[in-house]
Amino acid sequence: MFRRASSLLARSLFSARTRSFSADLPAAPSTDDAFVAAWKKMIPNIDPPKTPLSFMSPRPATPSSIPSKLTVNFVLPYASELSAKEVDMVIIPATTGQMGVLPGHVATIAELKPGVLSVHEGNDTKKYFVSSGFTFIHGNSYADIIAVEAVPVEQIDASQVQKGLAEFTQKLNSASTDLEKAEAQIGIDVHSALNAAITG
Amino acid sequence: MAMAALRREGRRFATVISSQPITALRSSLVCEEQAPLGVRSISTQVVRNRMKSVKNIQKITKAMKMVAASKLRAIQVRAENSRGLWQPFTALLGDIPSVDVKKNVIVTISSDKGLCGGINSTSVKISKALRKINSGPEQETKYAILGEKAKAQLVRDSKKDIEVIITELQKNPLNYTQVSVLADDILKNVEYDALRIVFNKFQSVVSFLPTVSTVLSPEIVEREAESGGRLGDLDLYEIEGGETKSEVLQNLAEFQFSCVLFNAVLENACSEQGARMSAMDSSSRNAGDMLDRLTLTYNRTRQASITTELIEIISGASALEG
Repeated sequence: MFRRASSLLARSLFSARTRSFSADLPAAPSTDDAFVAAWKKMIPNIDPPKTPLSFMSPRPATPSSIPSKLTVNFVLPYASELSAKEVDMVIIPATTGQMGVLPGHVATIAELKPGVLSVHEGNDTKKYFVSSGFTFIHGNSYADIIAVEAVPVEQIDASQVQKGLAEFTQKLNSASTDLEKAEAQIGIDVHSALNAAITG
Repeated sequence: MAMAALRREGRRFATVISSQPITALRSSLVCEEQAPLGVRSISTQVVRNRMKSVKNIQKITKAMKMVAASKLRAIQVRAENSRGLWQPFTALLGDIPSVDVKKNVIVTISSDKGLCGGINSTSVKISKALRKINSGPEQETKYAILGEKAKAQLVRDSKKDIEVIITELQKNPLNYTQVSVLADDILKNVEYDALRIVFNKFQSVVSFLPTVSTVLSPEIVEREAESGGRLGDLDLYEIEGGETKSEVLQNLAEFQFSCVLFNAVLENACSEQGARMSAMDSSSRNAGDMLDRLTLTYNRTRQASITTELIEIISGASALEG
């Protein structure tokens, strides 16, 4: 009864292995060979340290046809909000203006300003308010969004926003040094963006 | 022989007269181990003292283990949550530890407190090795040190190369704001072409992986991108925002450093607690073993003295009978 079990197992293992080889993943090396070689030459008695590449799952190569979904990683210092989630579109608040990203977007590096990041998935739209950060859009329809702070828009307290706005406006009026002025201006920018996010 | 017998008799006599002051004197002046020749009963006082101190040590290490375990649980969640933070940067800029640049800065991350196994000496060893690899006639390597322990080890042989020392990192719970201020502090005080961050990545409570992350300065990123090679793809990216490309790259490099440092600091703190936990676990186990051995010795000695006394009585009685 189990006579064929081993061969079946072996086949499944083998096929899995061939599949992982045949997929046209980029030949991204998980280690820096030159570094490892230099290390082994100079310091033969200690193993070379790991590098971040060896902890990363490799990203797929740019496919020849445009995929139907955009893969989004949205990370914060204390959480990964979205991790390799496939969505239809994201709209990001770049410093140059709102930017809609669809699958097949040209590779871009964009700085973020305080504003609303919306993630569209089918008919669902999830909106986050992000403070600042960076977005990398890769040629393979991967988008990495890194923000310092982000909250869902529905969790913002409108009265607190008004209060903060008034406070920073007052600070700007009473600011004497350039540094104080710049700080107050940042506060006003963030709060008016927050205000726009709630009302709009 | 005669002297010994005399002394024995004298002691017996004295004990009969006033046992209290003599024993008090003996315990205060004469160490128990050098019991006077001819005293038949074997003292167990030393062993008992030893047992007490071992038991106390065991209590302390057990408590430290508990503290480390509870701290570990809190910090492990945060370290795992911060793992997403550096991955986009590595995906975009790659990771080139073999890059050949003039000004290297090694950022060594260690703990402030000891008793946590070998994680601090590992990061120091890796840092020294990195310095050895990156030392050439044209190159210079500086250190930026986080944590008391790496400072103590590196000050000894490369004091003049240390640019920044930051300690007492974990007084308050680590957060991104705090770490980005630190990152800013480091960037202000050093000139760099490549920052190499050495830390222990937490894998499990018993295993830590010494890791090196490389952050390149904006000029080097541009140089590498123009020369093709590993960063050649960067030229394909459109750059939005900022006035010039180099301005954006500058922001990007600084942001990358703060993000990588944040993750590194959390991973190292997590490894520290894990290492402390396993170190304290093994030392309380050792103390337990030692206590078992001492108890055995103690019981055996006590039994031996009882047996000796019994033999004396019986042989005395039989001598009288015979």
